[in-house]
Amino acid sequence: MSAAQPEEGTGQRSAAEREQEVLDRAERARRRAPKVREERITLAHGAGGRSSHALTEAVFLAAFSNPALDALEDQALLAVGGERLAFTTDSFVVSPLFFPGGSIGDLAVNGTVNDLAVSGAEPRFLSAGFIIEEGLAVADLERIVADMRAAAAAAGVTIVTGDTKVVERGKGDGCYINTSGVGVLSRPVELGARFARPGDAVLVSGPIGEHGITILLSRGDLDIESDIESDTAPLHELTAAVLDAADGVRCMRDATRGGVATVLNEIAGAADVGIHLTEGALPLRPDVVGACEVLGIDPLYVACEGRMVVVVDGAQADAALAALQALPAGAQASRIGTVAADPAGMVLLETTFGGNRVVDVLVGDPLPRIC
Amino acid sequence: MKYVDEYRSPEIAAQLSAEIAALADGGHHKIMEICGGHTHTIYRHGIEDHLPDGIELVHGPGCPVCVMPMGRIDDAIAIAEQPDVIMTSFGDMLRVPGGRGSFLDAKAAGCDIRMVYSPLDALKVARNNPDKRVVFTAIGFETTAPSTAATLLRAAAEGLENFAVFCNHVLVCPAVQAILDAPGQDLDGFLGPGHVSTVIGAAPYEFVARDYGKPLVVSGFEPLDILESIYRLLQQRVEGRAEVENQYTRVVPWEGNTRALEVIDRTMVPRDAFEWRGLGTIPDSALGLREEFAAFDAERLFDLPGAVVEDPRECQCDEVLTGQIKPWECGVFGTACTPETPIGTCMVSSEGACAAYYQYGRFNRAAATAGAGA
Repeated sequence: MSAAQPEEGTGQRSAAEREQEVLDRAERARRRAPKVREERITLAHGAGGRSSHALTEAVFLAAFSNPALDALEDQALLAVGGERLAFTTDSFVVSPLFFPGGSIGDLAVNGTVNDLAVSGAEPRFLSAGFIIEEGLAVADLERIVADMRAAAAAAGVTIVTGDTKVVERGKGDGCYINTSGVGVLSRPVELGARFARPGDAVLVSGPIGEHGITILLSRGDLDIESDIESDTAPLHELTAAVLDAADGVRCMRDATRGGVATVLNEIAGAADVGIHLTEGALPLRPDVVGACEVLGIDPLYVACEGRMVVVVDGAQADAALAALQALPAGAQASRIGTVAADPAGMVLLETTFGGNRVVDVLVGDPLPRIC
Repeated sequence: MKYVDEYRSPEIAAQLSAEIAALADGGHHKIMEICGGHTHTIYRHGIEDHLPDGIELVHGPGCPVCVMPMGRIDDAIAIAEQPDVIMTSFGDMLRVPGGRGSFLDAKAAGCDIRMVYSPLDALKVARNNPDKRVVFTAIGFETTAPSTAATLLRAAAEGLENFAVFCNHVLVCPAVQAILDAPGQDLDGFLGPGHVSTVIGAAPYEFVARDYGKPLVVSGFEPLDILESIYRLLQQRVEGRAEVENQYTRVVPWEGNTRALEVIDRTMVPRDAFEWRGLGTIPDSALGLREEFAAFDAERLFDLPGAVVEDPRECQCDEVLTGQIKPWECGVFGTACTPETPIGTCMVSSEGACAAYYQYGRFNRAAATAGAGA
């Protein structure tokens, strides 16, 4: 038996010390530059977790590296003439195309608008590229496009250029959309995950997990009835309100693929800080909690399409929270945690039960193709 | 979530935890939770934060994915590689490494492998794809065997000719006995599995108390269930008793679910022996399909390699699964073996001890509490 029994007085290291050594070693291994070990792309590479990061860093960054890209924010910040521009792109492959609360059209506009808005920029122009499968009903395409027009109007952006490709039946799943967006950053702010520091507060703009659960339930594989709807929405009004209320905002991120947990891990890693969450403070609809319990999924990892995480100077947390809560889309905003020095690079959760646990990066996503 | 919150009250937890500390009285008590679901709950809710130092929880073999030997994964992939086959299984299975990679790798290489939530969903796939052969890789203890059995009965009633089951159902009691018979075993008691017991009841564990003199408390899955069960185990220890108790009475009937047992019996029979990962070959420890269901039996319908594949040399899943070492005591834990590149099965399923510890428990508790004050 090699079970851990401290042997008193022998000078041997205690089990706790040995355990800590192993944990330190594991942590060092975790921080090593990720490698793509697989011979082929698997669904895990698209899931937003550690495998996606490995692919991004080992394949794309290795080839394209430049200062704007290397920041690995949701958008690139570019200086053009006297203007600061935010530029981003995103592709949407959600299945099904229509779901309670929205459609792929809503996601395609809101997703790109949000990636611009969380940099502090004002979203202005979008492109839209369609890859359509032979056989798609024109009425469905018109519905998608109508949703895009409405979402663009709501977000104050104009779709100024586009492209259409049609692929043979079986080579696409109805319709894929890519949107790119340009925003103007007129505020004198520089936001980024790397700016989080001990003493900061962590806020979330609304209840989490609704989009991912909606998609899962609307696929009809599970006989669960519910009236949960996707939270897809533009965030530009919330981001503007937070920045107006607090000049100590460090970063904002929309919590899409991989959910709030993934965003927080990115922040903890980029700033080398520890993030301490309070489970009881997480805004969650009871039916989302119920669905997650039944499915064995942690809502912290479930995608949102209209919620963001805000890290702000602790002294300005109340002002930032009040600014969010003053808007209908932020009415249920909540302060969910605090940034500390330790444990660096990790996210910990104090459970409602009074215990502590790590909130790690997901390896594979239980819910593929949610956006 | 009224019915969940009731079982997660921090106030009651604090009270129970004080009573546990009083009963433990500074002594060392080594308790095995047999079920992977318990392992998951223990880490997910931070239950060890509520236990005194002397209570050592060791993780048992009750994680269905973890006990699948590599050879069986290779067999399943060999089936998936046959022309016109759609392989279906639970999501947990997709990442389990066999000797030649996992389902996920096989899927990326072109096999049609689909995740289902229930074997009945696999049946749906079979109905919708009459020109394909649809195989369901069934895993799990007695917990999931009834749904596989019910699916077989349904398939037979419908006369579906393109559906088969690759049966890997295992039985919990032979595994517990193997652990009790292992040399050097020094466990003081068991948390009995909850879900399995909803099917088999609490009675089948009586040999643990009677023949081995160890207390066993069948426990529910909420954090307070586990604390209460630990309390009841300690109470038995203090009073010098060794009995089987049922803490999970709201779900587990003492004699089990006779209808579920009956459908299992109609479709499946115990195999003479079955290879378990970590525990070796155990007699009468798994279920195969009855002769009457030969037409649905993937083992009879397909040519399987059927090879025994040795675990990688550095893998210590066997010692983790039998409670001989903690996950962090394995030589490759967290370095060569991580959830993204698992060497052993315990690092794959969320019920696997190594994955649960890596995902939820991998931090210094003292430092965590200090940091939270910031």
